[in-house]
Amino acid sequence: MNCARAREALAFAATLYAFWLILSGIYTPFLLGAGLAAAIAVALLARRMEVLDREGHPIHLAFAVVTYWPWLLKEILKSGWQVTRIILDPRLPVSPTFVRFRPSQKTTVGLATHANSITLTPGTITVDAEHDAFLVHALTREAAAGVVDSEMDRRVSRLDGSA
Amino acid sequence: MSALLDAASWVLIVAGGLFSVIGAVGMLRMPDFYTRVHAASVTDVVGSFAILLGLVLQAGFTLTAFKLAVVALLIFFTSPAATHALVKAALGRGVAPLGGEAPSKP
Repeated sequence: MNCARAREALAFAATLYAFWLILSGIYTPFLLGAGLAAAIAVALLARRMEVLDREGHPIHLAFAVVTYWPWLLKEILKSGWQVTRIILDPRLPVSPTFVRFRPSQKTTVGLATHANSITLTPGTITVDAEHDAFLVHALTREAAAGVVDSEMDRRVSRLDGSA
Repeated sequence: MSALLDAASWVLIVAGGLFSVIGAVGMLRMPDFYTRVHAASVTDVVGSFAILLGLVLQAGFTLTAFKLAVVALLIFFTSPAATHALVKAALGRGVAPLGGEAPSKP
């Protein structure tokens, strides 16, 4: 058992235990102990089943998202406001467009984060996500142009270390 | 302070409700399946996050606030996956999009 794998299992057990503590709310010695035992048992089982890896539990990104998530929230609010204005506009100015482009991330976690971020911002949806190409459906032509080689692409690449 | 928090939380909850209704209106107004999904994501993301944040302010620094944060995190990760699956399935089944077909692979 090497050191990195042990650290992953430990981090996973800690996350599970934190989750237990948040959901439980009853802090008697028995329940605290039972939660700890359950968290350790699940982490050991997950390691034995080899479902525990950097992708499944990307703890190394925990600090990087602290700066990325607030930025993403700002983008979500911005495009949410744009879509709201389109919905309330009597002329309903939509120009639905598909766009295919190449994302710059190299890791699966980075690609998934980029694809999810695109879908989370109203007005753009990732329809197909592969290593060499994303297919995005956008509500307007401008939104479609905005996802190709975007600031989001650069930020996610910096986040996962592809840049 | 608590009156200020109350006011902020009510503004957020009312705004969240408003965005949810706007998303619903958009779903009715939009011309085809794909554009309707875009309208739904306003309800999905902006509406639900504003309401949850308003509720967190009501809960204060308690366990309930952390549970609400876990709910927000769950929506944050599952909602885009569900939307993606919905649209991909529709495209795969041949629901015709307005404004031209998807470009084929280069």
